[in-house]
Amino acid sequence: MNSSVITFPGSNCDRDMDVALKKFGFKNKMVWHDDVELPKSDLVVLPGGFSYGDYLRCGSMASKSKIMKSVLNFAQGGGKVMGICNGFQILVESGLLPGVLLRNKYLQFICKNIFVKVNNKDNPYFKDEKKEIYEFHIAHNEGNYFCSNDQIKKINDNNQIALFYSDESGNVNEDCNPNGSLQNIAGVFNKQKNIIGMMPHPERMIDPALSGEDGSIFFENLINNLR
Amino acid sequence: MKVSVVITLKKDVLDPQGKVIHQTLDGMGFENINEVRQGKYFEIDTKESDQKKAEKNVEDMCKKLLANLVIEDYKIIGSQ
Repeated sequence: MNSSVITFPGSNCDRDMDVALKKFGFKNKMVWHDDVELPKSDLVVLPGGFSYGDYLRCGSMASKSKIMKSVLNFAQGGGKVMGICNGFQILVESGLLPGVLLRNKYLQFICKNIFVKVNNKDNPYFKDEKKEIYEFHIAHNEGNYFCSNDQIKKINDNNQIALFYSDESGNVNEDCNPNGSLQNIAGVFNKQKNIIGMMPHPERMIDPALSGEDGSIFFENLINNLR
Repeated sequence: MKVSVVITLKKDVLDPQGKVIHQTLDGMGFENINEVRQGKYFEIDTKESDQKKAEKNVEDMCKKLLANLVIEDYKIIGSQ
């Protein structure tokens, strides 16, 4: 399986993602934002970080960079695209995913482990996943998911919510919503479910000695689904 | 020609920064404030000298980059 991780100026989780993808069997290539062509890929990842210093709006500048034209074509042709954290912000700014990520409700940068509950397994990212609840890490200032009433209706009608912030047992309520996200949304799909964006970082949970193994479970399942 | 644009959050979008500014102003003794909403201001100096064309161009910039229309409104407030 071939994957590509795009590095934008200010990306800082690109190497972590490279390590994670390689650990679970992907042949990964790093792609510079100013490149025009995307290498042959089964999965394209937009990593976390602070592309362009979060100027204007998080992800807005990166969403207009040269490589994004190829990413857009790839995604619109059904290619699998995954955006993590800043990558999620880039995907909503590019219009590939609905909604927007606002400043966290209490204006604090949040850096901690949280739990997320998988909402929809009928897609390449969570198909055949035995686990319902993951412990992942979040580190963001703008993760407060928001969209219009029309959009949220469409998102629910098409079952586009990927992950909810939940507690350890999978209860979804305001107490376990870290940033004020609409309906506790931690990740969404496009309508066709080939594109996913999520605020949590599975790539930070791939080593039991350092963090946890829930990311390992996610990546192992992902590569099996793409094979 | 310089075109000035103001970008504000739509009415129903939560503005936590505006809220904190409001609270701080309250704390400083500024009374009678109903609400504070924070926005952005851009001044775009363009080579275009025709006002209509320049404003049309800036409107296009707002739609494509400067504003995110899911949460923000833009308003061209002047050209000179």
